Amino acid sequence: MSFGIQTAAYIAASVLFILALGGLSGQESAKRAVWYGIVGMAIAVAATIFGPAVQVSLLLIAALVVGAGIGVVVAQRVEMTGMPQLVALLHSFVGMAAVLIGLNSDLHPAALEGAEKIIHEVEIFLGVFIGAVTFTGSIIAYGKLAGRIGGKALILPGRHLWNIGMAVACLVLMGLYMQGAGSWTLYLMTLIAFVLGAHLVMAIGGADMPVVVSMLNSYSGWAAAATGFLLGNDLLIVTGALVGSSGAILSYIMCRAMNRQFLSVILGGFGTATGPAMEIAGEQVAIDTDGVAAVLNDADSVIIIPGYGMAVAQAQQSVSELTRKLRARGKEVRFAIHPVAGRLPGHMNVLLAEAKVPYDIVLEMDEINGDFASTDVSIVIGSNDIVNPAAQEDPNSPIAGMPVLECWKSKLVIVSKRGQGTGYSGIENPLFYKENTRMFYGDAKKSLDALLPLIE
Amino acid sequence: MKIGAPKEVAPGENRVAMTPDSAAQLQKLGHECLIESGAGAAAGFSDAAYQAAGVSVVKTAADLFAGADVVAKVRPPSDAEAARLRKGQTLISFFYPAQGKTLLEACNGQGATVVAMDMVPRISRAQKMDALSSMANIAGYRAVIEAGSNFGRFFTGQVTAAGKVPPAKVLVVGAGVAGLAATGTAVSLGAIVHAFDVRPEVAEQIESMGANFVFLDFAEQQTDGAATGGYAAPSSPEFREAQLKKFRELAPEMDIVITTALIPGRDAPKLWLADMVAAMKPGSVVVDLAAERGGNCDLTAPDQKVVSDNGVTVIGYTDFPSRMAAQASTLYSNNIRHMLADLTPKKDGVIDHNMEDDVIRGATVTHQGAITFPPPPPKIQAIAAAKPKEKPRELTPEEKRAEEMAAFRAQTRSQIILLAVGAVLMALVGAYAPTAFMQHFIVFVLAVFVGFQVIWNVAHSLHTPLMAITNAISGIIIIGALLQIGSGGLVAVLAAVSVLIATINIVGGFMVTRRMLQMFQKS
Repeated sequence: MSFGIQTAAYIAASVLFILALGGLSGQESAKRAVWYGIVGMAIAVAATIFGPAVQVSLLLIAALVVGAGIGVVVAQRVEMTGMPQLVALLHSFVGMAAVLIGLNSDLHPAALEGAEKIIHEVEIFLGVFIGAVTFTGSIIAYGKLAGRIGGKALILPGRHLWNIGMAVACLVLMGLYMQGAGSWTLYLMTLIAFVLGAHLVMAIGGADMPVVVSMLNSYSGWAAAATGFLLGNDLLIVTGALVGSSGAILSYIMCRAMNRQFLSVILGGFGTATGPAMEIAGEQVAIDTDGVAAVLNDADSVIIIPGYGMAVAQAQQSVSELTRKLRARGKEVRFAIHPVAGRLPGHMNVLLAEAKVPYDIVLEMDEINGDFASTDVSIVIGSNDIVNPAAQEDPNSPIAGMPVLECWKSKLVIVSKRGQGTGYSGIENPLFYKENTRMFYGDAKKSLDALLPLIE
Repeated sequence: MKIGAPKEVAPGENRVAMTPDSAAQLQKLGHECLIESGAGAAAGFSDAAYQAAGVSVVKTAADLFAGADVVAKVRPPSDAEAARLRKGQTLISFFYPAQGKTLLEACNGQGATVVAMDMVPRISRAQKMDALSSMANIAGYRAVIEAGSNFGRFFTGQVTAAGKVPPAKVLVVGAGVAGLAATGTAVSLGAIVHAFDVRPEVAEQIESMGANFVFLDFAEQQTDGAATGGYAAPSSPEFREAQLKKFRELAPEMDIVITTALIPGRDAPKLWLADMVAAMKPGSVVVDLAAERGGNCDLTAPDQKVVSDNGVTVIGYTDFPSRMAAQASTLYSNNIRHMLADLTPKKDGVIDHNMEDDVIRGATVTHQGAITFPPPPPKIQAIAAAKPKEKPRELTPEEKRAEEMAAFRAQTRSQIILLAVGAVLMALVGAYAPTAFMQHFIVFVLAVFVGFQVIWNVAHSLHTPLMAITNAISGIIIIGALLQIGSGGLVAVLAAVSVLIATINIVGGFMVTRRMLQMFQKS
């Protein structure tokens, strides 16, 4: 295959990738879009393997086959609730690949002179740096999401100084490397970048995970783009840039949904309160299964607000069954999804889709927030901060100004919750003390399963 | 502890302070329950029903007072009952300590602790034991039913084969608990309901029940209900005049008027004067829920139904809750049960009379030989003070345009600055970097822009599939590894590892995306 044809194949692959991302604007077109992506990838890989620069070897084929096999197994085994972990883990692979390719380029130096040499070395350094941060960051994120590491933010004293110190050390090492100090500078920098990535993500708490995952998504893209520069490969650059900007936009959307600055999320820790939190008057009024059933049997319109707790309790099937039963009795049932519900952007949508909840009754915050006032019952399942009225009522609250689902405007709110504790952010939720709120204590799945036979 | 409920001695009182259901709940708190034989008969609860619920039935009131540690009643005790109280015994009932000083002293003299259900502070935590509200709710409901039985027409408008029936028009004066209950009942019967209250903040509640709020255009700032614990305060003479003028306007149209206006610690204000009754159509009905305190209507006679010269029925019953004894007993006994639950925090049948607790402190009027009435103000304010509603000032069109212009200019300025900074950076890079790099750089920048444009259109619900698919295509990094795998030694091994993990990414990412997208189904 000539160089010209290979370039043509790369162009075709780039266009197909753009179409694949563009197709995700709707549920139906997305099913087609994923095929564009697959075909694009097949073309790109085939054009490279059979291209002029690569010789097909046993090692190559073995790596491809084994990798594909592992990929198939992983993709088939993963539970939809485990999706955040899987996504984080896959990001780490891209980061590792970028690191290895960068190190290889150093081991196998190209014959370059002057400015080209400098740029090439900067590219190696950048590619390895971004790749290394992505790698350990993703591994830590994976550990947190999978529950292998505690979800709480680890706040070391002087952590900003540590971060700055490590970044400066990397810069100095890059200077040395370009002076011809040898490969050890690159290896040392890789180690420092590994630590930096781990430390950055360690400092970020559970509720901020959607931002972290989309940020790592973005990094993995930039890592690919940096590798593209390194190898002078336009397809890598285009694809990396697409992925990088996609992750950046997702991070931006998540931050806006929490009314927080991107930097403050990435640098970790929750915003500090500016004054004493508003006193909460009243008490939490409990309700039992019979009570909930009576309320739901009487209601005409119901809005369900799922959160991470639903995923933890694996209650999505029960929620779906409840929805089906209520809809079969002619009641209007809808879902309200907050952009940061769950641990991954769009996490709730995927879980509900898995449980066969039709996507046209699953609505976004902006679409449904105006409808709560005309709704009989809102059911909050395993969400807390995203339905916290303090965000609107208490200017001293750490989440003040964050857009929230205004479920308290409905006639009655039923909160399914394990106990009386606070949410991930540790903020008291005045919703639970409102007069029209009833607390339905217990594991979400068990409570719902007990409720189902009573719906008539 | 033994909780006992005697038969009410006040004539015409049908309610009882303990039902079989509430007794069952009390037993869960570790208490024993006693009831005087026949106490629940008027409310429809037989002795057998109590026995079935595990309550011991006692022959006489004297035995009951002797046997019970806690006596639960509805009405304030009669002198004879008060004389039966003993030291260390607790009485829970309506008590009206402000009106009945002598009774208070009598009970205190016996050394008994008295918990007055009418003194339960109006804070959210205490709502479950707010017996005044539960009785007012019943009174409001019953007022509409009484009005209906004395009113010769339908509530709801109908078009029948025999002709058209206009809907009844109902005016509810005072939108407290009773007023709102009456409003809701009348609305659900199909009447056109107007409701009036001096507290403008209840307009929202009235409208939420499907009634019209009678708006009084009066400049004077009405006192916020929050300052008086959620009750109405007396109004100025000017305001009163404006109010009466409005009622005079409404009187000829209204078929049914239900007045519920009460001001704590005062006689009921006269709001529905003789001339208004005279202006009403014959056959109309006035129900005065404030009859016990002198009535809102000039013609009201307590406990009686009178018919005016022009044929308007004025009902002044004071025993509406007792007329629905079964319902009233159920709710009241639940209020008592909640009070006892708060008095028995450990659920072990031992009463812990915690005078630090706002609710218990507020309701207790005598304790351990001392009169503890009036209570200090509760630590928590009953209702959060209504925040002054500031309406955002309407901007004139010029101001709006000026604002838009300013925003537009600011945006333009920031964009130009960004572009300028970008251009300078580009120029700097271009001045030093080789051509080959610049060519790649063009591709990179354009791809970033394309990415931004495309990703903004992605549906929120597909963000997880988006992450999975970008994950898969970022596996394109495999190309870099493929290009390196040809060289031998360590490089080839590292490259092979890269190929392996990138392949996992590609295959896994695409398959997971497909799996997820397949699940999205339309209903």
